[in-house]
Amino acid sequence: MRTVTLEIDGKKVKAREGLSLLEAARDAGVHIPSLCYHEKLLPQGACRLCMVEISRKGRARLVASCAYEVEDGLVVNTQSPKVLKVRKVLWELLLASSPTLASVAQQYGVTETRFESDVSQCTLCGVCVRYCAEVKKANALTFVGRGIDRRVAFVDEVVSTGVCMDCRECFGLCATGKIPRETDGACFDGLTVRDFIGGRHGHHA
Amino acid sequence: MVRLRSPADLEKARKRILSQRDPRKPCVTVCSGTGCHAYGCDKVYQAFLAEIAKNGLQGKVEVRRTGCHGFCERGVITVIFPEEVCYLRVKTEDVPEIIETTLAGKGVVERLLYQDGDGRRIVQEGDIPFYKHQTRTVLGNNRFIDPKNIEDYIALGGYSALAKALCKMTPEQVLETVKKANLRGRGGGGFPAGVKWETTRNAPGEKKYVIVNADEGDPGAYMDRSLLEGNPHSVLEGLIIGAYAIGSHDGFVYVRQEYPLAVENLLVALAQARQHGLLGCDILGSGFDFDVRIHRGAGAFVSGESSALMTAIEGRVGEPRSKYIHTAVKGLWGMPSTLNNVETWANVPLIINRGADWFTSIGTEGSKGTKVFSLVGKVNNTGLVEVPMGMTLRQIIYDIGGGIRQGKEFKAVQTGGPSGGCLPEGLLDLPVDFDELTKVGSMMGSGGMIVMDEDTCMVDVARYFLRFLGEESCGKCVPCREGIRQMIKILDRVCQGEGRAGDVELLVELSEVLADASLCALGQTAPNPVLSTIKYFRDEYDAHIKQKRCPAGVCKALVSYYIQPERCQACMICLRKCPVDAISGDKKVVHVIDQEKCTKCGTCLEVCPPRFSAVVKLSGKAVSRAPVLAGKAARHERRRR
Repeated sequence: MRTVTLEIDGKKVKAREGLSLLEAARDAGVHIPSLCYHEKLLPQGACRLCMVEISRKGRARLVASCAYEVEDGLVVNTQSPKVLKVRKVLWELLLASSPTLASVAQQYGVTETRFESDVSQCTLCGVCVRYCAEVKKANALTFVGRGIDRRVAFVDEVVSTGVCMDCRECFGLCATGKIPRETDGACFDGLTVRDFIGGRHGHHA
Repeated sequence: MVRLRSPADLEKARKRILSQRDPRKPCVTVCSGTGCHAYGCDKVYQAFLAEIAKNGLQGKVEVRRTGCHGFCERGVITVIFPEEVCYLRVKTEDVPEIIETTLAGKGVVERLLYQDGDGRRIVQEGDIPFYKHQTRTVLGNNRFIDPKNIEDYIALGGYSALAKALCKMTPEQVLETVKKANLRGRGGGGFPAGVKWETTRNAPGEKKYVIVNADEGDPGAYMDRSLLEGNPHSVLEGLIIGAYAIGSHDGFVYVRQEYPLAVENLLVALAQARQHGLLGCDILGSGFDFDVRIHRGAGAFVSGESSALMTAIEGRVGEPRSKYIHTAVKGLWGMPSTLNNVETWANVPLIINRGADWFTSIGTEGSKGTKVFSLVGKVNNTGLVEVPMGMTLRQIIYDIGGGIRQGKEFKAVQTGGPSGGCLPEGLLDLPVDFDELTKVGSMMGSGGMIVMDEDTCMVDVARYFLRFLGEESCGKCVPCREGIRQMIKILDRVCQGEGRAGDVELLVELSEVLADASLCALGQTAPNPVLSTIKYFRDEYDAHIKQKRCPAGVCKALVSYYIQPERCQACMICLRKCPVDAISGDKKVVHVIDQEKCTKCGTCLEVCPPRFSAVVKLSGKAVSRAPVLAGKAARHERRRR
């Protein structure tokens, strides 16, 4: 496997080709926040908290470090003013919908949001959906709806086969704790597609 | 039908078709685009056939259904050749008169002609101002061609560019020509098509794909639909030429489910092209193989984004993915794929036939050729217009569009679809091309152009487009989904009169984050309607937030209706019509609106007789006053005192 050399926050870093910037940074001890990244899953690029500034040939731009692969000679800044500004607003947006993330957001210096609260307690990071599909191959969870109506739902036909009863691995993966909390931590009986995990109108909400 | 095995066969076929046609023979063409279908072109066409039979004119007059002419609001459009007499708004009951006057006789039916502002009647289509100022290189053939008949296309020289490319040019030469022509993508981004083709050509991959993007989803825009419906072979020919240059043997047309006629005509076109040996193995005897499949979209605006579109063709949900490796390198099924919009492909045969120098002679420094726009909104003439790049907004709106309806004031023009920007009167002399529009905070997009008049509230417009984008975003990434959600909330409260100091600044800050952090172009450009209205119409935001006023009188919470006591004739009309009984008064007693009860439906304003014009819409709050006597009664009362 070839390795490439790049610079992350002023540090020279050697990384395996094919690795993402996020993984290379974490390996080098540089922490980048993220919600939708999971080492066992394909990158999703959804939460955008892992945005970093890269520059090449003097041109700088923001990229999602979970989806951008390491390149030789790349200069990466994980703390540039632009990165910090984007990260702050993203945390504020997330807090408006998922207040349980307050303690995590606090670690990044964000203690309050300027946005109107519209609580769903789901960041739609999709770790549960993708883990269920990619790792468990069960596909018991899915996204429903589009745009601002997007939400996560259990697929009734799959849940009713009983596959979830022995698994429940999504419980521990849920960043906001919504899944264990709203599925009562135990019972999937009688759940239908309408019981939107991420929904603002579901009967659990 | 004969399989064409060489360019010579194609030329022979063209001559044969032309020899069977007499250009002097009268031909009635009936526009059969989707717009004219809505006006009943089917019945008009049938009426022509029946009347011609009735008058014993069979064989002497040809009747042909053609592609969209573009002046859709005046459908059904009927043009009678060879004189090119153009009749607008033709109905079945007009057909006998047309036959009698124009086909049996040689006169014209005056009342069906176009009439300009001064009352002059115009006979020929090309002399109508709407058409006169256009340069119809791409759309032009629509009006001659029956889209379901490949012979019509061949008769006009169709597929000769393909023959030239396949048999006289190497793929590299084709590529160089398109690059030299600097054909930029008509779908929105304006990326040079030749460069994209070259990237795909040079990228490693056992298979390569070429794709037509016909997922036109902008509200009010239908350039691509009309081209696909009206002249499907021109798109197909461009696609085959592109495939040859790139080294692709598989093509797709991704077309919206909402375009049934486009799909129908395209399917016919594909079948006829295959029968003629213009698709399939060994096209025109050149040894080049290529075929095309149609993929019908399931109606998602975001599927027009390249990675989402390709994901959808693969059979998964059409959601954009991170494109740090471009789809030209790693696209459909991970293979190098070139995606161009309908109009872009349709330009290719023209460039091959007439040369790159011809193409670059049209347009501006950075944007060559023509562009089709869907001119809609508050202009007198709405429809599809094709103009050289660099024509000014003013020329498009006033010379072609005929100015603003009902003599009202122009306020703004929105270009580039929902994620374009709103440009003010001060920018009307801006030459329209890719770079100029981007510079002023809008974009070319795929060519939507919505004209707004003085009655438009720009805050409300920004909210309208954001709501559209909020519904049409895939919802995958946080900045786009949550950012648009919050922007809508802010705009909602501004329109409700609950805007706060700092709201505009917050919108701007959110906009920057959306532009910088969103996963795809939908989120990155979503703030454009907000940013451009803040930039050019800041006073309207301030009026809403600081003075709780909607200057255009659109935002319901910020307007009120008021009856001017000195004008009210106490006629009882508004009082009776008010659906919530909010108006008090009596015969001879001036009417007054109870502002608490009023739901601001505007009925009183509508029904107040114009000779009184007593009801006015106020921006801001009106004051209720005690009923006073009106008109004669008031004068009588004064005299009595």
